[in-house]
Amino acid sequence: MKIKIKLNGAWREDDVEPRLLLVHYLRDVAALTGTHIGCETSICGACTVLLNGDAVKSCTLFAVQADGAEILTIEGLGSDGHLHPLQQGFWEEHGLQCGFCTPGMILASHQLLSRNPDPTQDEIRKGLDGNLCRCTGYQHIVKAVENAARQMKDE
Amino acid sequence: MSTKLLGERIKRKEDPRLIQGRAHYVDDIKLDGMLHMVFARSVYAHARITKVDTTAARALPGVVAVYTGQDIKGKLGLVPCAAGMEGLKIPDHPCLAIDKVCYIGEPIAAVVARDRYVARDAADLIEVNYDPLPAVTDPLKALEKGSNVIHEEFGDNVAFVAKLDAGDWKVVEADSTLKVIKQRFINQRLAPISMETRGVIASYSPGEDTLTVWSSTQIPHILKTQLALMSGVDEARSRVITPEVGGGFGSKLNVYGEEGVACFASKQLGKPVKWIEGRRENMLATIHGRDQVNDLEIYVQPDGKVVGLKCLIVADLGAYHQLLTPAIPTLTALMILGCYNIKHVDVETKGVFTNKMATDAYRGAGRPEATYIIERAMDLVAHELKLDPAEVREKNFPSPKDFPLALPTGVTYDTANYQKTLKRVLKAASYSKLRKEQERLRKKGKYLGIGLSTYVEICAMGPSSRMPAGGWEAGTVRVEVTGKVTVLSGASPHGQGEETTFAQIVAEELGIPFDDVTVYHGDTFQIPMGIGTFGSRTTAVGGTAIYNAAQRIKKKMARIAAHKLGIKPGALQFVDGKIQTADGQKSIGFGEVVAEAIFAKQLPPGIEPGLTEHCVFEPPNYTFPFGAHLAVTEVEAETGEVRLRDYFCVDDCGRILNPMLVDGQVHGGLAQGIGQALWEELVYDENGQLVTGSLMDYALPRAHQFPWFNTSNTETRTPVNPLGAKGVGEAGTIGSTPAVVNSVMDALRPFGVRHIDMPLKPEKLWNAMKGGLKTS
Repeated sequence: MKIKIKLNGAWREDDVEPRLLLVHYLRDVAALTGTHIGCETSICGACTVLLNGDAVKSCTLFAVQADGAEILTIEGLGSDGHLHPLQQGFWEEHGLQCGFCTPGMILASHQLLSRNPDPTQDEIRKGLDGNLCRCTGYQHIVKAVENAARQMKDE
Repeated sequence: MSTKLLGERIKRKEDPRLIQGRAHYVDDIKLDGMLHMVFARSVYAHARITKVDTTAARALPGVVAVYTGQDIKGKLGLVPCAAGMEGLKIPDHPCLAIDKVCYIGEPIAAVVARDRYVARDAADLIEVNYDPLPAVTDPLKALEKGSNVIHEEFGDNVAFVAKLDAGDWKVVEADSTLKVIKQRFINQRLAPISMETRGVIASYSPGEDTLTVWSSTQIPHILKTQLALMSGVDEARSRVITPEVGGGFGSKLNVYGEEGVACFASKQLGKPVKWIEGRRENMLATIHGRDQVNDLEIYVQPDGKVVGLKCLIVADLGAYHQLLTPAIPTLTALMILGCYNIKHVDVETKGVFTNKMATDAYRGAGRPEATYIIERAMDLVAHELKLDPAEVREKNFPSPKDFPLALPTGVTYDTANYQKTLKRVLKAASYSKLRKEQERLRKKGKYLGIGLSTYVEICAMGPSSRMPAGGWEAGTVRVEVTGKVTVLSGASPHGQGEETTFAQIVAEELGIPFDDVTVYHGDTFQIPMGIGTFGSRTTAVGGTAIYNAAQRIKKKMARIAAHKLGIKPGALQFVDGKIQTADGQKSIGFGEVVAEAIFAKQLPPGIEPGLTEHCVFEPPNYTFPFGAHLAVTEVEAETGEVRLRDYFCVDDCGRILNPMLVDGQVHGGLAQGIGQALWEELVYDENGQLVTGSLMDYALPRAHQFPWFNTSNTETRTPVNPLGAKGVGEAGTIGSTPAVVNSVMDALRPFGVRHIDMPLKPEKLWNAMKGGLKTS
C-alpha cells in the first residue's frame, strides 16, 4: 500500500506491506533507528513517537494507520547544534543510563509538558507511567522533566 | 591548581548520542546481504522430541535455511558453563534441542530468511511432535526420592551440594541459654528485563575465514573465546563488538545458544545473520534471577547477640547451566553472615535441576538472597526478644577497628564502619519520631511500618584465584600526536557511565581537559584483553587498570620533560596542560612532551618512542561496600495494599568518583530491590508453563510506585585499590529488599504476623490480617 507521512517535518511516500508495524517503518524503511522496540505489547513505551502531537506506541500501530499523519521521532526533536530542552534536561540531570528507553521517555515527556507546562513531581510520575525504565529508578527522570519545564518557561 | 574532576558531578560523555537517537544498538546495525533469524521454541516443559518437520517452513518464499538440533549436532559446540565446583553435574546443553526439551522456550529450530516477518511466519510453520514427560517444577519436590529425573544420566536432580562449616556446634547446641529462631524464606524467581532484549549479528567471511559478531553482551572478550570454540573459527580470526548495550543487569553476562546458532548459520551461508530477541522470548529464555528456598536457624543469646547460624539453601537452577548458574547460590553462602561476625556457621547449598529456564546472575547475584536471609533474621531476633531492630544490629556489628576482618565464611572484609551508616540513616529518617508516629497511628487503626537493613556486599570481582576465568581487568592509555588521549578498557559498561568516569580519572591524572579524553570499550580487535562489566567491578578494577596505565604514561612523560628542561626527573606535576616542577618555576607544555615522545628527536637514552601504556590490574581482594537502608511503609488494613511512603539510605561504596552517577546507580538498584519485595515475580505453573511471560503479566515497577529516595553516602576508602573505590552497581538492590519486607512485617506486628514471603501482594497481606488484631 502507498502511504504518505510527514516525518520530522518532511513529507515522504512509501509503498509498504499492510502488516508492517509503524515502528518497523520508522526503523527499517525510513532508517530512523532512534525509536526502539522494548516489549511488542505496548507496555514499555520505548517505541513512543508523536503522531499529530499525541504520544503513541509505534509497536502496536501499522504504518498504514499513520497515512497522512505528521510524525515526530527523537531525531526530529532538536535542531542541528541545539538540543531540545528535554534532551538538555535529561543530560543535565542524568535522566538516562543505558539510554534504550530514553527516546520514548523524552517524547512521552514532550506530550506531558505540552499538556501541563508546570507539572508537580507526582504529575510527572503519573504522566510517565506508560514508559518503563529499568536503570534509573525514575528519580532523575523526574528531575530531568522538571529541569526541562523550567527551561521552557524561561524561553 | 590541578584540574579537579574526581568527586565532581560531571555530565556524561555517553549522553549526546543517546538523547538524540544517534546511538547504535545491535538492531540498529544493517549489513549488506544481512539475513534474519527467528527461533521455534518448545511449548512443553519436559518432553521427548519425536519429530521436527520443517518442510512447510523451508517451502515459504524468502526462507533461506532452517536448522534443527540434528543439523548442528557435532558441528556447533555446547552452551558453556564456566562454574567449576567440585562434583558439579553439567548436563549437555546443545544450542538447539536434539531429542529432548527441558523447559518451555527452549530453542528447537532456527529459521533464516531475507526478512524478519517471513522468518517469523516460517518459524510458525515448523511442526514438532512431542512425547510429553512429567514436569518437575518445585525444587523441594525435585529433591524427593521418586521424583522424575530431568537428566537421566545423573540419577537424580541434584546438580551439586556445597558445605560450609565453621565453629564448634557441640558447644552451641549444648548451651541451653541460647534461643533458637527458625524460619523458611522463599526468594522468588525474577526476570532481569533489560529494556533492550538480547540481540546478535554474526558475520562470517568465507574468503578471509573471519568471524565478526556484534552482540548485546557484558563480556565481549569471554564471548569471543567461547563463540570461537563453539563455531570452530580460530579465535585469532574471531572478533566480538558490543555496540550500545541497552542494559544487562547480569542477564548479558552470559554466552547463549542463540549466539552460537547465529555464528553457525552465518558460517554455513557466508552471509551476516541477525537475531533480535522478542520480549516474550526474553522472559522465557533469557536467564532468570534468585529462586531459592532458605531454611534458617539462628542461635541467639538473651541479650540479642547472635552466636550461630545454620541454613539450608535450596537453589532452583532450572534445566541447564548457563555460564555461571551453579556459582550464584554459592555467593549466598559466602555472604550469609552479612555485617555480623557470627562465629558458628553451618550452611549447606543444594543446586537443583527443574524444568525451567536457567537462573544465573541478576543484579546482586546471590548476595541479595544472603542479605535478605540475615537481615530478616535480625528483625526476627528483635521481634522474639522484644528488642529494637536497630539495637540488635548494633550489638552484633564488629567495631571499625576490627578491619580487615576475616570471617568464618573464608572472606576478609576490607574496611567498614557499620555504626556510622546506621546512625546516619536513623537520623535522616528521624527514627524515634517515626516510632512515636507509628504508636499514634496504630491506635487509630492505621498501620505504619519501619524497616531497617544494614548490608554488606562483595564487589569489585575479583581476585583471579577466586574467579572462574580471571578476575583482573585491562586498561590502555594512549596519547595521540595531537595530545588527545585514547583510553581502552577491557570492561564493558552498558549504561553505568564509565566512558565518563574513566575520562575523569585520566584527565585529572594527566592535567588535561576532560574533553580531550575518549574512552573505548567493547571491541576485541581494539581492546587487547578484557573480562567485562559485572559484580560492581568496572570502576574499582577496570578503573584501576586505567589509573595505573596513566601513572606509567606520567612517569615516561616526566622523564622526557626533565630531559628537555635539563633537570633531574623527580616530582613533576601534571597541571593545566603543563608538566612543571613543584614550585612552578620550570614547566613545559604537555603537547611539547607528547611531540618529543612520538617524533623522538631528542629522547633521553633508553626511552622507547610512543606514549601507549597497557596495564592489567589484578585485585588482591574483593571490596565490601556496605550501608544502612530504612523503608517507611503504610499498609491499608481494608485491602492489604502497601504504600512505600519514604525511603532513606546511606551507602558507602568507598571513594566516590562522580556523585551523580553513584546516585543513579543507587536509585536504579533501589527500584529493582523494592520491585522484588513488593511486586515482581516470575510464576511457573505445575506444568512448567510460564504464567508471567510478558510485560502485561510481570509487574515491572513504574514511576508513580516510588517515593522520593533520600540517598546519601559515607566514604570509607578501600585499601584494595589505589582509587579507594569499592563499587556501587548492586548496593541499592541488595540493601532495599529486606528493608521493605522488614518494614511491612513491622506494620503487621499488631496482627501477630511473623513472616510473609515476597512479593508482598495485597491478597497475601489481607489474608494475613483477616484474623484480626492480636493483643500480645
